[in-house]
Amino acid sequence: MAEALATSARPRRPAWQRSPLTVGGLALIVLLALIALSAPLLAPADPLKQVLSTRLEPPSAGNWLGTDQLGRDVLSRMIYGARISLLIGIVVVGLAATVGTTIGLVAGYAGGWLDEGLMRLTDVFFAFPALILAMAISGALGPSLTNAMIAIAVVTWPVYARLVRAQVLSLREREYVEAARGLGASAERIVLRHILPNTLAPLLVQASFDMGGAILSAAGLSFIGFGTQPPTAEWGVMISEGRNYIATQPWLSLFPGLAILFTVAAFNLIGDGLRDALDPRLRGTG
Amino acid sequence: MTLLSYLLRRLAGFAAVMVGISIITFGISHLVPTDPAVVALGDHATDAQIEAFREKYGLNKPVPEQYWIYVTNLMQGDLGISLRTRRPVADDLLAFFPATFELSLTALILSILIGIPAGVVSATARNRLPDHIVRILSLIGGSVPIFWLGLILIGFFYGQLGWLPGGARIDKFIPSPPMVTGLFTVDSLLAGNYKAFWSSIHHLFLPALALGYFSTAIIARMMRSSMLEVLNQQFVLAARAKGLSQGLVVWRHAARNALIPTVTTIGVTFGSLLSGAVLTETIFSWPGLGRYATNSAINLDFPAVMGVTLLAALVYTFMNLIVDVGYQWLDPRIRNG
Repeated sequence: MAEALATSARPRRPAWQRSPLTVGGLALIVLLALIALSAPLLAPADPLKQVLSTRLEPPSAGNWLGTDQLGRDVLSRMIYGARISLLIGIVVVGLAATVGTTIGLVAGYAGGWLDEGLMRLTDVFFAFPALILAMAISGALGPSLTNAMIAIAVVTWPVYARLVRAQVLSLREREYVEAARGLGASAERIVLRHILPNTLAPLLVQASFDMGGAILSAAGLSFIGFGTQPPTAEWGVMISEGRNYIATQPWLSLFPGLAILFTVAAFNLIGDGLRDALDPRLRGTG
Repeated sequence: MTLLSYLLRRLAGFAAVMVGISIITFGISHLVPTDPAVVALGDHATDAQIEAFREKYGLNKPVPEQYWIYVTNLMQGDLGISLRTRRPVADDLLAFFPATFELSLTALILSILIGIPAGVVSATARNRLPDHIVRILSLIGGSVPIFWLGLILIGFFYGQLGWLPGGARIDKFIPSPPMVTGLFTVDSLLAGNYKAFWSSIHHLFLPALALGYFSTAIIARMMRSSMLEVLNQQFVLAARAKGLSQGLVVWRHAARNALIPTVTTIGVTFGSLLSGAVLTETIFSWPGLGRYATNSAINLDFPAVMGVTLLAALVYTFMNLIVDVGYQWLDPRIRNG
């Protein structure tokens, strides 16, 4: 009996920590963040420095991942590229989640015509294939990293609006919310103090997936010329610049592509892990 | 709710969304910091020419009136004149649409043919080697940059092995089949030109693979989780208890039911195919809407970009409508619920 009690009292690790893949994803992102933060210390060379005498060199002891068509060190450019990719993920998801959550909270709590109007607005944004709308916006504003991030945020926020609204609809009828209302709490206080904190868990899952999605979209926009502009060391730009050398110097595009793949996969694994932890019924079904 | 009243309600929603879409595309084209008259006529145009252009396209009118002109023109199928090709945008869209449709459709067919069996196998072999393989491949499919995958495929299958072509719709020495549907595979078969048919299939393979990998991954994941749920249900147990073979239980009883939620996913992935087409077409020099949109946007040809955006949104919304109605029809529990 005592033993049984002892076993059940032993704190269980949260579900996401029990999945090696999720932990691996998280470790990869932490590593990437460290690389991004200490890029000036880690990068063996200046990512923009051209050495025309050593153009298109294959990976070697001097240049671990080779050099590009302007003699720039590919590894150094990759390391600096991590900064931009993480920045894109954070800014896009931050913007989209803030706007989407605000709209979702207002729509869900206010109800009526305001809800109807805001939800139709999200329907309209959902109707566009994301990259095509992002390209149109980025093209209209002028191609740059900032405008690409704005464009991707514009196509990302509706997910948060729908998600939060659905949460609010179920939460606002809960007893604790009614109790707060009965005690005379203002609508603003109820929404911000009692409803919003309870919507954060599913938001976090969505945010992990969208971090990866934003990095993919931004790299795609850069690749076709509507995102970060050369000579900035960004992974999408690097793939684009290596495009003409794919048959002869494949490392130019290969390594930045792998970097995007691993980063996005890591965010997806974290998203999967968080989702499973929040909804045990889904465990292992993703 | 009857299927008819559901359909009517959805059609009304569809119309409302289309109005919203037109407002957004109109709004984006007004974000452009350059003067469309100057872009269209070039730097050497005289003031009188620029004024005449503005008058012709209503660019000197108040914004609400400009929107009204835009929508009235849209309703008549007039999407404006492309500043780059100097042709009506609607004509350009019609000319480029079949290439994109053929590519997206092939990618979709590939993803259904691969994704559904992969999901079923993964679920029935849960936590064993085939399951691990499918899950890892799905994770990669959901995370890989499509344009990079395309490049790697070209580098390997075209550059290194020389097995498959690295771009274009058909071999340059084979004349395009006479236009009937605009789909080279169908048109070459209709013309009885098997050489052109094989060449089109060859050219389709790599871009369709690159484009379809993402949706294959999504479909396989959805099918797997849906199968896992169905396999635990009573009717599957009953089928097993009756002594039916594993194949019959899995494919006839479980997979059929697991398909229902997967159908919705297939509809949603169509949007990703349209987005992906922009990148895939750029990589594979595929003369479709995606490449048209990219080239137009680079040249600030906004009537053309907005035309593609509008058409893509229309196709995507319409696909979702079809999927939702199909879902209602497939699953009476939702219809009557």
